[in-house]
Amino acid sequence: MSSSAFKVRLVALVRKETRQMLRDRSNLLVGLILPVVLILLFGYGLSFDVKNAPVALVMDNNSSAAREAVSGIGGSRYLHPVRVGSMAEADALLRTGKVDAIVRVPIDFAQQQARGHAQVQLILNGIDSTTATALEAYVGGAMGTVALRRTDRGAPSVPSAGSVSLVQRTWFNEAGISTWYLVPGLVALIMTLVGAFLTSLLIAREWERGTLEALFVTPVRPLELVLAKVAPYLIIGLIDLVMCVIAARVLFQVPIRGSLLAILLTSMAYLIVSLLMGLFISGVTRNQFAASQMALLTSFMPAMMLSGFVFDLRNVPLGVKVASQIVPATHFMGVIKTLFLAGTDWGMVARSCAIMSGYALLLLALTWRTVRKRLD
Amino acid sequence: MERLIATIAQILALCRKEVLALVKDPANRVILIGPALIQSMLFGYAATFDLKHVPYAVLDQSHSAASTDFLARLDGTGIFNRQITLTSSAQIADAIDGGQALMAVSIPADFATRLAEGRQAPVQVVFDGRNSTTAGAAAGYVNSVVTSYNREREGLSPITVVRRAWFNPNLDSRWQILPAMIATLSMLQTLLLAALSVAREREQGTFDQLLVTPLTPMQILIGKAVPAVLIGVMQSTLVLLITRFWFGIPMTGAPWLLYLGLFGFTGASVGIGMSISALALNMQQAMLYTFLLIMPLTLLSGLITPIRNMPELLQILTYGNPLRFGVDLVRRVYLEGAGLSDIAFDFLPLFVMASITMPLSAWLFRNRLA
Repeated sequence: MSSSAFKVRLVALVRKETRQMLRDRSNLLVGLILPVVLILLFGYGLSFDVKNAPVALVMDNNSSAAREAVSGIGGSRYLHPVRVGSMAEADALLRTGKVDAIVRVPIDFAQQQARGHAQVQLILNGIDSTTATALEAYVGGAMGTVALRRTDRGAPSVPSAGSVSLVQRTWFNEAGISTWYLVPGLVALIMTLVGAFLTSLLIAREWERGTLEALFVTPVRPLELVLAKVAPYLIIGLIDLVMCVIAARVLFQVPIRGSLLAILLTSMAYLIVSLLMGLFISGVTRNQFAASQMALLTSFMPAMMLSGFVFDLRNVPLGVKVASQIVPATHFMGVIKTLFLAGTDWGMVARSCAIMSGYALLLLALTWRTVRKRLD
Repeated sequence: MERLIATIAQILALCRKEVLALVKDPANRVILIGPALIQSMLFGYAATFDLKHVPYAVLDQSHSAASTDFLARLDGTGIFNRQITLTSSAQIADAIDGGQALMAVSIPADFATRLAEGRQAPVQVVFDGRNSTTAGAAAGYVNSVVTSYNREREGLSPITVVRRAWFNPNLDSRWQILPAMIATLSMLQTLLLAALSVAREREQGTFDQLLVTPLTPMQILIGKAVPAVLIGVMQSTLVLLITRFWFGIPMTGAPWLLYLGLFGFTGASVGIGMSISALALNMQQAMLYTFLLIMPLTLLSGLITPIRNMPELLQILTYGNPLRFGVDLVRRVYLEGAGLSDIAFDFLPLFVMASITMPLSAWLFRNRLA
């Protein structure tokens, strides 16, 4: 009897919430259109890959040794040499952003080399330090490689001393395309957006207007209320997930090496944690503006900055590393990238689901306390 | 003349009321300072692309003087930290999958003999490509170690690349990101404040009262826009102080030029915010529209990835993005020490944006209600 009443009330509430959500187009814009925009932007617009970066070559010394030294730059797929007559000219090109770097062979290069220690100058524009750092490594690697290749082929005049050749393989992302790791990471970002941001905003509005208290005096129980509020956003999150997976596969040719079931499972677990986070925030703030700021600061920003989405957690200082472990998104980010790029690791999936259950319980308890306390 | 003074007095009265309404609410005071503070710390410490430590695994099947010498060179760079020593190639997968090692170097058993015979000795390096940016940087470092090692073996003199980086001598990515934050962080809140300004009054029903005052829509607009601009510039100042004094990034440009740029940039952002405000029916819509806009604006600003790497179409779209010019402007003044003539190009689009969005929203205020 009571279970059927529960069902009736729940269905009625879910219907009401769904209608409310569908009526206001701005919700759907953020819930469904923003994810599409983000997918397209991350997939097509954002790239960290340095490809054919223009590099100005200033040859103050034009000896064959000097030409040999820099000839590797032309062979690199990352660099595109541009011959420039004078340093002043190269300077102007770098300043206006026409080239990304200047490689300058000094006037006494041949003498330096004869003395046994030659130097080549590399000038970079440090404003974009990411590109600059990559360029430094590429130029360093390209310098003098041609001379070696010649000896490898056994040029008769030079007695060969043998050389190390590098057989380089990048697992999971053979071509090293940044889209491949950005798009799976985006799943985490979108789940946070729908879960924490959208939910907190919507429920805070009910608090602000007092409509939630009006609901409390009806026979509706808090649990039903929470379930009904959360259900439509769970569906939106699910639609977003499917869109992400399809876009990743079809538009960006990101491999999906793990099982779809595992992706679905871990994503749903994370979405639920996000939704609960949103509920908690709205319960604490009870004000739309404050809720949106809280959701941004405690959920969205950490998911973007601290989870290893773009910034590799191996590079950050210890304090940040510790903080990142507190953020639920970090634990999801690792799993979702692995599921897309590496394959299914059920141990990892289980661990992530266990961590998410922990967060869910914690948030549920916290929400329970704040909501009850305030009503008394 | 008297009318002009009266007009200005009216606007100032509205400005005063707006600022007071914002500042008197203690929750608002926290929100105006807290997020900018926390986010600049977050970006300062967490947003780094600098690869300082590469944990790696070694599988040395050669166990020779040559292989030890080669590995010592990797360790000698100070970037590579030998984390795990493997005994069989089957262990490589574990080391990489679990994320303990960013790369695994495996040296085959015949490494030393091949080198001694003057042949090529292949060394296999496996990278974890789950973050291909980091993997690519590590691969670049390994490459240059191998190149210089080979040149020495050949008896060729080593070629040292002497690096000099303009505007950011240590190529610290914090220098790239934090100055840009001076514009970025304030944009989020100025947009939101401007967007909420009219939407809030509309939701609370006080906008009608405002309309029956002697103020014209343009005066209302200016009265609402000026406080938002001031608060935006104040937040920028906060981030500027953190960047300069907490993180110690030296500022080479002139402060007056930076502020001129910030006022232009914030003005354009507020113009966009006011248009949102005029279009939104309530606060919630205003907030959601703002958020809908802010993500693409941030992503297409050149803040994190260079605009040059974007496809043509998106590059054209960035011309409608105030943040693109804001970031460029602040970075160039702050780091390059650019003069007014260098960044004049950035002002024009900002000016155009402000002069389209402001009158548009004034028009919308009127016609939306009618």
